[in-house]
Amino acid sequence: MAEQFHTLVVRVENKPGVLARVSGLFARRGFNIQSLAVAPTDNELFSRLTIVVDAESAPMEQVVKQLDKLINVVRIQELSPGDSVSRELILATVNLTEGSEDNIMRDIESFDANVLSVGDKKIMVSLSGPPEIINEFETVLEKYGIVEVQRTGIVALATIAK
Amino acid sequence: MKTNGGKALMKSLEAQGVEIVFGLPGGAILPAYDPLLDSSIRHVLVRHEQGAGHMAEGYAHATGLPGVAIVTSGPAATNMVTPLADAMLDSVPLVCITGQVASGAIGSDAFQECDTTGITMAVTKHNFLVTEASEIPQVIHDAFHIATTGRPGPVLVDIPKDLVDANNPVSHFDDYEPSGHDLPGYSPIQVPDHASVLEAAKLIFQSTRPIIYSGGGILKARAAEQLRELAELLDVHVVTTLMNRGGFPDDHPLALGMPGMHGNYTAVTAIQESDLLITLGARFDDRVTGKLDAFAPDAKVIHADIDPAEFNKVRSADVSIQGDVGQTITELIKALKELSETQDHPDRSAWKSQISGWKERFPLVYDEWQQGEGLKPQYVIEQLRDNTPDDTIVASGVGQHQMWASQFWKFNHPYTWINSGGLGTMGFAVPAAIGAKAGKPDRMVWAIDGDGCFQMTNQELVTARLENFPVKIAVLNNGYLGMVRQWQELFYNERYSEVHLQPDLPDYKKLAEAMGCVGIRVESPEEVKPAIDQANEINDRPVVIDFRTEASENVYPMVPAGKSNSDVIVHPSQGND
Repeated sequence: MAEQFHTLVVRVENKPGVLARVSGLFARRGFNIQSLAVAPTDNELFSRLTIVVDAESAPMEQVVKQLDKLINVVRIQELSPGDSVSRELILATVNLTEGSEDNIMRDIESFDANVLSVGDKKIMVSLSGPPEIINEFETVLEKYGIVEVQRTGIVALATIAK
Repeated sequence: MKTNGGKALMKSLEAQGVEIVFGLPGGAILPAYDPLLDSSIRHVLVRHEQGAGHMAEGYAHATGLPGVAIVTSGPAATNMVTPLADAMLDSVPLVCITGQVASGAIGSDAFQECDTTGITMAVTKHNFLVTEASEIPQVIHDAFHIATTGRPGPVLVDIPKDLVDANNPVSHFDDYEPSGHDLPGYSPIQVPDHASVLEAAKLIFQSTRPIIYSGGGILKARAAEQLRELAELLDVHVVTTLMNRGGFPDDHPLALGMPGMHGNYTAVTAIQESDLLITLGARFDDRVTGKLDAFAPDAKVIHADIDPAEFNKVRSADVSIQGDVGQTITELIKALKELSETQDHPDRSAWKSQISGWKERFPLVYDEWQQGEGLKPQYVIEQLRDNTPDDTIVASGVGQHQMWASQFWKFNHPYTWINSGGLGTMGFAVPAAIGAKAGKPDRMVWAIDGDGCFQMTNQELVTARLENFPVKIAVLNNGYLGMVRQWQELFYNERYSEVHLQPDLPDYKKLAEAMGCVGIRVESPEEVKPAIDQANEINDRPVVIDFRTEASENVYPMVPAGKSNSDVIVHPSQGND
């Protein structure tokens, strides 16, 4: 992942409109979001966002401090690639032709990806892994012709201190 | 004990010590207006919801207490957007209650429905949409807490109609007293970090050309006394931004007045030439900095603010101190006194004589009145200043008259200057003055307004008359959108585009009279003082004086937009290099 992207893990109160508050803040202050993933946590009162921010659009100090001003934002962690683990999931449907079938299957196998659905002319696959592997996998799929693709955006956690 | 949402709303407001609210009822808020009749809270019925918002702001500016506005849903809520944005940019503690369509109708494009919390998200410190009647006591408790602590600001509470309707079972719940706050993400830091304070004190000891750059945070933190103590201890000059006029007395020998686009030459230049900006509750607004990369190029920066997001937002700080600015100054004074036991301040006599030289050479001036001209607006303000009590509260609109008022009034007391700084809301003066009078009924309150501004909100004078708020309005009537006219003269080759209003229409005297006020017209200099004296004697109704001022008058000094503060244009009589 290029260095300009910073990952923030944000704990927010699980209240209506909280996602709108966060995305609205980014929009009105001109901070660019590369990806955003959101889901409830083990505690139903809180949700967790993983936001990948384009740090070229704004200094990270400003992004963090402005986010922190939102009343529903409880905690912000800035994760650096060195001490965090990030994962992403991709779902993709690609074209299947008689000539390409063997190659596709070989590529799927080499990435350890899963086949989710197969038709006459299309195949749907999934892969989860570090974002750079997902990028690589998507590039490989492109040569067969991607019909549809959906990535989840990154989720991340700090690595466990030894 | 059983209660209902409407009753609980009034009880919660009373529990916050609310004595007065500004509002206008309508469909969705109707059920809440019924228990209002049984409440100790005084309601001021406005003529437009924007007026309610600005009155609440004026009240908050004058008293330091949160202002409260209450209006209905839809268009009433959208009319409240401007005051909320105004309060957001000027950090005014405001709580606004809006009615919302009934819970079950939300999202159905019901009559007078709008997404109030969605619309106001960007212009409030926080907002709430109440979803259960039983939340009301807690939400009101939290709303006041958020509005008044940390960096103050506007909070909106949107309440669906059914939840305050005593006849609807969903509004019923067991009454309770909120204990504490349910705000896990909100804990503003008040106490400054000692190490940062010490570092700041050390920087001051190294500085030969320091300036105290004080902003609206001083007034918000009730820290005018501490500011004065610091300035006197250090014997360092103080500039007071538009939002901190009155936060340091203008008659003090260390006062330099307002910096910025229309600041005093000395305030602008002292900041520009300084080697250390002791920034207290100010935020490096673009109207203060001018061209940013040319702003105070040699200055190190100490930045004290309650809001850490202000640090390094515009100008990077060498030392930043988060916390209540009053406490910060107190700690800083302690640290400076301790350090002074072991070291001396550098010799700053050259800097001081430089400043006095500027003050002497570039005082605020204006051309003498000539026969046949309209009144000099600066003269009118000087006469107002000299013929009213020293603690008179002055509210202003936005434009030339605002700048002249800030320049030519002498603000010697905190909380005597009320204006719209950040948002620049034309029409602010009349309702803000009414709100100030509501909060400080024993004080004289004057609004200095422009004719453009006055035409935006003057209908609230009906409110003022009926509710017995005898404010006095000085309309500096030059028949123009004066500041825009000035820019077109100076930067658009005198091509005047849509700026001429017409000094005779409306007839301001008759308009005032139609609204139950006394109307006076003043056209010549010798009439100015008698008219002011007459207005000052009237205490049973508002007074409007239509001062016919000179349309060609410009505000000087001026730093053109986008230019460096070093390129400040002074009054033509003082010569520009």
